[in-house]
Amino acid sequence: MNPYNYLYVAGLLFTIGAVGVVVRRNAIVVFMCVELMLNAANLTLVTFSRINGTLDGQIAAFFTMVVAACEVVVGLAIIVTIYRSRRSASVDDASLLRR
Amino acid sequence: MLTIQTPEAVMFWVLAPVAVLAALGMLLVKKAVHSALLLAWVMITLAIFYIAQDAVFLGIVQIVVYTGAVMMLFLFILMLVGVDASDSLTETISGLRPIAITAAVGFGGLFTSLIGRATLGHQAIGLEKANADGNVQGLARQLFSTYVWPFEVVSALLITAALGAMVLAHHQRTVARPTQREQAIARFRTGSLASAAGLPNPGVFARHNAVDVPALLPDGTAAPNSISATLEARGDMLDSKRFELGEVDNTVTEEK
Amino acid sequence: MTTSTSLVYLIALPLFGAAILLLAGRRADSWGHILATLLSASSFGVGLYQLSQMLSRATEERAVTQKLFAWINVGSFNVDAGLLLDQLSICFVLLITGVGTLIHIYSISYMSHDENRRRFFAYLNLFIAAMLLLVLGNSYLNLYVGWEGVGLASYLLIGFWNQKPAYATASKKAFVMNRIGDMGLTFAIMIAFATLGTVSFSGVEAASHTASKAALTGIGIMLLIAATGKSAQFPLQAWLGDAMAGPTPVSALIHAATMVTAGVYLIVRSNFIFDAAPTAQLLVVIVGAITLTFGALVGTAKDDIKKALAASTMSQIGYMILGAGLGPAGYAFAIMHLLTHGFFKAGMFLGAGSVMHGMNDQVNMRRYGALRKFMPITFATFGLGYLAIIGVPPFAGFYSKDAIIEVAFNAGGVKGILLGSTALLGAAITAFYMTRVMVLTFTSPKRWEDDQHPHESPWLMWIPMAILAIGSVTTGYLFTRGHALVHWLAPVVGEHAETEEMLIKPIVVSAMALVAVVIGVAIALAKYQFSEVDELAPENVSLFTEIARKDLMQDSFNEAVFMRPGQVITRVLVKGDESVVDGTVRTVARIVMGSGSTLRKTQTGFARSYAALILIGAVVLIAGIWVVTQ
Repeated sequence: MNPYNYLYVAGLLFTIGAVGVVVRRNAIVVFMCVELMLNAANLTLVTFSRINGTLDGQIAAFFTMVVAACEVVVGLAIIVTIYRSRRSASVDDASLLRR
Repeated sequence: MLTIQTPEAVMFWVLAPVAVLAALGMLLVKKAVHSALLLAWVMITLAIFYIAQDAVFLGIVQIVVYTGAVMMLFLFILMLVGVDASDSLTETISGLRPIAITAAVGFGGLFTSLIGRATLGHQAIGLEKANADGNVQGLARQLFSTYVWPFEVVSALLITAALGAMVLAHHQRTVARPTQREQAIARFRTGSLASAAGLPNPGVFARHNAVDVPALLPDGTAAPNSISATLEARGDMLDSKRFELGEVDNTVTEEK
Repeated sequence: MTTSTSLVYLIALPLFGAAILLLAGRRADSWGHILATLLSASSFGVGLYQLSQMLSRATEERAVTQKLFAWINVGSFNVDAGLLLDQLSICFVLLITGVGTLIHIYSISYMSHDENRRRFFAYLNLFIAAMLLLVLGNSYLNLYVGWEGVGLASYLLIGFWNQKPAYATASKKAFVMNRIGDMGLTFAIMIAFATLGTVSFSGVEAASHTASKAALTGIGIMLLIAATGKSAQFPLQAWLGDAMAGPTPVSALIHAATMVTAGVYLIVRSNFIFDAAPTAQLLVVIVGAITLTFGALVGTAKDDIKKALAASTMSQIGYMILGAGLGPAGYAFAIMHLLTHGFFKAGMFLGAGSVMHGMNDQVNMRRYGALRKFMPITFATFGLGYLAIIGVPPFAGFYSKDAIIEVAFNAGGVKGILLGSTALLGAAITAFYMTRVMVLTFTSPKRWEDDQHPHESPWLMWIPMAILAIGSVTTGYLFTRGHALVHWLAPVVGEHAETEEMLIKPIVVSAMALVAVVIGVAIALAKYQFSEVDELAPENVSLFTEIARKDLMQDSFNEAVFMRPGQVITRVLVKGDESVVDGTVRTVARIVMGSGSTLRKTQTGFARSYAALILIGAVVLIAGIWVVTQ
């Protein structure tokens, strides 16, 4: 068992999150998949910090978490605002640029 | 030189597949609330991974911030938005699913191959020396010396995000708030006089004080106002017939 | 070479008149024609002055030049805008301005009812100026400017009444056929410059002694093509009949006396080229012989008086070309016939105009008859011209035409016999159809209704006719007496050794010619004077008459061989342009639009498809990194 296995898990989680962003229609579920991708990146950072023996990876993961938290706050506020006016949380309904 | 102990290996091989399965489930389940819960499970698993990799501070922060705050936020919004037609799993845009799966598989394969190639023969060092004074102290030393500038910027970002959320949630009235007189007039102008007179106090027609038992109108039908529409749409409404009173005993007994 | 400063006035005066009349507009309507006539007359006066100066000088110094300005100076190509007046040019100058002024006077009366008379005179003056430039130019290029100018004036004048589409088409036809001839002149100038290095007459003459025969033959053939276009010779003769759509003074001036003789001038002026290129010279005589027969045959079947005269012009110019192609022996006689023809043909055209004027613009000779009683002066002048053209002694045509026939016979060998007999035959047919014209118009019983009131023309019209008739009578004798014209022109066209053995004596030739004339006259009298003439042209006639009526099928031939294939080619090219060129452009546009609509499909408007694209982009990036770090 080597520490690189964590990297493969992180990659797998990232892939699943990417598919989820494209495939799911509910805006909140899409958002959750984005969070999954961010978490996978965090796992990668922490694993590399362990591999390289420095704490810079953990610092980066820390900052990522802060930024992700801000992003969630603002993003969900936007979704709520859109839901209030549109009465729908589907990503496909925001298609005014279509034709 | 880092060697991984057996307990860690066991933990990894048990939890990692579970995490992956949970992520897949989050992708595939119909109800959004289930997705949220599965995501929370993935995050807890990740927190365990962090702690196992000597990132103790980060693991605790993961549980407190991510699983605690962020996922709670998600669940609150899900409650607000509620059940939606967007939860159906049929794909409306043709060809999107195969493209997405192909791209993702390609991405995963390339990523794995890259990692494998990059780390071939690479020796892991481990965090014993970096964590010599403790993980929190090491992090603090780094954070307040090398990374103090990003630290300050990120704090500004936090403040901005809070302000942004407040601005977005602020609901400015575009029309003047209707006065009581206008509300009364409007009530009389709409259809039924029943709504003009105003609803009776809560519990007047209620048969039970549960949320999912509707009140009965005088003619015996369930009053639509008395139960949340969400519950009704979900089919969680109960029948209130069984809470009806039987014969009322009209005899007067002496008060002793 | 003496220089003169007054040559330019010859051209400048009528050119000035044209400019004034065209620019002044309607204000000049009342006095424009008078001014134009005066300017033409003053140009004639300058010409007379030049002649008197020339006569007073010795023979070597007779030629006069005037350089106007340096025109083209490109590399080794240097052409000056210069004028040359020598013994040959002065003949033409006097003919053009003299006959031109007479026709100006005639037109004052003839066109008096036309509201565009001023414009007509402007064009006449323009023509005079251009024709003078043609004969006064000292190089082929200067001649070319005048050549084009007369072509333009001819187009403007033929189509003067362009309200009638047929007339406008006729002027276009004339211009286009002239243009084909002009290509010949252009090529001649090009070949001259390419092989000889110069285009001035003196330069080419000097270089012709040492140039290659192929080059000279090429130039000669090209010049011949130019001459056939301008002089309505075979094969470019189809336009002359249609050119009669213009007013009669135009036909008299341009299509009888002056423009159509420009081809003869060109050939005689280029005598040094043709003398050095026997092949070209042979072609010249062939063309002349063919045309004189052609014109004569066509003239026998024409009922329109003007078209009959036009066919006669074609035939007479054929004589001139024949004479010009016979070398130094014939040049002078060709010029002589040209000058005498100018008198009698112009006179006859003016007479035809007079007849038309009196007969309400009727041109069909079958509706004429017995006009001798009503138009005696016209009959007299026309008759003198008629006698001249058929070659009755002592009128002008006798001297000039017989001289050509004589030179033809004396060319020797089979060629001589053939050419001479053709010329004799032509003389017989000429006599026939000219008598036909005279008889049908003047002496046969009247075939017109009483609503016609034939009357004599006003004096402004018959005075010029009379002057020209006098010329028809006297000029022949004047030019021949003591070989006057031959000696006059000898410095320009070269000497002809007179000591050669004459194959046939002149008197024999004249006798043969007179016999031919008498035969022709007799047949015509028998057919038209002494028998009944139908008022409507008979339908069932012999095949030959049919063909002759259709101008010996010249128009049908041109149409079938040139026009229709040309139309087919044009249509093919247009189709090709539409389908190939436009098709290519449209295909490019369609490809762009098609690729645009295909690419547009990526812009679905759905955020998720954009997210998928981002994912694909990320995959591509990773793949790139993967490849690079191999």
